[in-house]
Amino acid sequence: MSDTILVVVEQREGKLNRVSWETITAGQSLAVETGWPLEASVVGANAGPIAAEVASKKLAKVYAVESPKLEPYTPDAFAAALKQFIEAKQPKLVLMPHTYQVRDFIPKLATAMGRTAISDCIGYKKDGAKLLFTRQMFQGKLAADVSFTSDAPWFVTFQNGAFRGDKAEAGASAVPIETVNVEIADNVVRNKPQEVFKEAKQAVDLTQAEIIVSIGRGIKEQKNIELARQLAEALGGEIAASRPICDSGWLPMDRQIGSSGQTVAPKLYLALGISGAIQHIVGMKGSRTIIAVNKDSEAPIFEIADYAIVGNLFDIVPPLIEEVKKAKAAG
Amino acid sequence: MKQVPQKDAPLKLNESGTWIREDVSYEVNEPDAYALEEALRQKEKHGGEVVVITSGPARASQVLREALAKGADRAIHLEDNAFVGLDALNTAKAFAAAIKDEKFDLIFTGLQSDDYGYAQTGVILAELLGWPHATIIMQIEKTDAGIKVKRELEAGFFQFVDMPLPAVLTIQSGINKLRYATLIGIKQAKNKPMRKVTMADVQSAVGTNLQKIERLYIPQKTKKTEHIEGPPAEIAKKLVDKLRNELRVL
Repeated sequence: MSDTILVVVEQREGKLNRVSWETITAGQSLAVETGWPLEASVVGANAGPIAAEVASKKLAKVYAVESPKLEPYTPDAFAAALKQFIEAKQPKLVLMPHTYQVRDFIPKLATAMGRTAISDCIGYKKDGAKLLFTRQMFQGKLAADVSFTSDAPWFVTFQNGAFRGDKAEAGASAVPIETVNVEIADNVVRNKPQEVFKEAKQAVDLTQAEIIVSIGRGIKEQKNIELARQLAEALGGEIAASRPICDSGWLPMDRQIGSSGQTVAPKLYLALGISGAIQHIVGMKGSRTIIAVNKDSEAPIFEIADYAIVGNLFDIVPPLIEEVKKAKAAG
Repeated sequence: MKQVPQKDAPLKLNESGTWIREDVSYEVNEPDAYALEEALRQKEKHGGEVVVITSGPARASQVLREALAKGADRAIHLEDNAFVGLDALNTAKAFAAAIKDEKFDLIFTGLQSDDYGYAQTGVILAELLGWPHATIIMQIEKTDAGIKVKRELEAGFFQFVDMPLPAVLTIQSGINKLRYATLIGIKQAKNKPMRKVTMADVQSAVGTNLQKIERLYIPQKTKKTEHIEGPPAEIAKKLVDKLRNELRVL
């Protein structure tokens, strides 16, 4: 069987997760690089409608992998369905977005097949005949090029934002869709998921803020948040934080920016004492201008900052508040 | 639990550019600290025993000693430098071999590590043991049939899942408030059992790595960053000038 690349797009409750377009872009790019045909699959109880949506892209084929046991999502059913499907099709490379859902089942799937997944990649390289997948390590301080030393299929997940979803090429005409029915025995699914729910209405919509002053561990104590609040107020912006601050209860969870919080792209993002762990970066890297203040000159936040201030935020912020006020007063 | 380099530790690459130099300060992987705390809380509610396990060189025993001081009952240390180089699958295989005679009801791990960040070892371990699992857990309750857990999904969504025991759960940071070890706890920890497992003990379960770090390096910058330097008052003036005249947000 010839080598192929398979993208497993993500659907949840009958809706395509938009991050799947990014994985298709990655797959199209890898297909050009390797010459391997690109196929996509949708897994679900009723995968047809999403398969039709995906079939508009430049692909060789789309599979709708179906079983009534795939709704609601469980890792047991998804791993079982994909194992059957992938063992039958034997793709060389299997690509998925690094979502919470994929994180939940892909290690199980790869292990059940005696294979491995290189997870949370931000890109790939071709080194001779060898494919290398680039991923961040040590919270983004270092990067690693990782290769597979095992037989295919090779499983790879890509970080949110690693590729541009809007660059996914459309096909000349809709590609063929094949429905594959998988058998999942009654005793396979052990978890019983209940309805998905939202905790409380989000009180603050940070996505609408033009200026965000965001704080991280460097703020040290809860009482110091007042300083950041004053700066946000002077600038006419909103205050936000990285996960540890909200975990400590210093700011409410709805002020959290990052993979488990809100994703923002304001005109100005001022990061105070934020080291820049990947989980935070994915939530704010689209900001138009990023100013970072951190005493650690090697903090990963500086990698994506437009303006870097290496120093103690407690020295920088008070005069900054004064200068902002002066500038505003001068009109 | 895992020992990882301290968050603000400056990292240096080794000579072959495949790993970091080991002469840095280490600490407990933060998500694992929440996993331990949750285990201790479950024990306080329902009784039982909390066992902590790690793999790594002698230095990693510090993680176990801290856990024992916080209230864990005993520890298992897979002690060998070679454990550092294992991929997630083989780390999980080594753990599975080391605990084959144990009778755990629940295994908790942090949702991912601060060094590799693979977010895989817990789920792989569940698959190797043949147990169900759930990831990114924010709450655990005992039920008649097993447990009910609250999974964090993306974009502010959650979901309760009923599942049987035994099970593996990966714990989200912030699920609880971490405790500090007490002086008496630190004292008591010295007399708590710590079982050492060597690479030889689990070698037959461990295979060759299925993936390999070819190169580790400092990421290339894709963005042009302008450094603003000087005394704080001057930095503040320069910044406000940029905010006003270049970014036009003031």
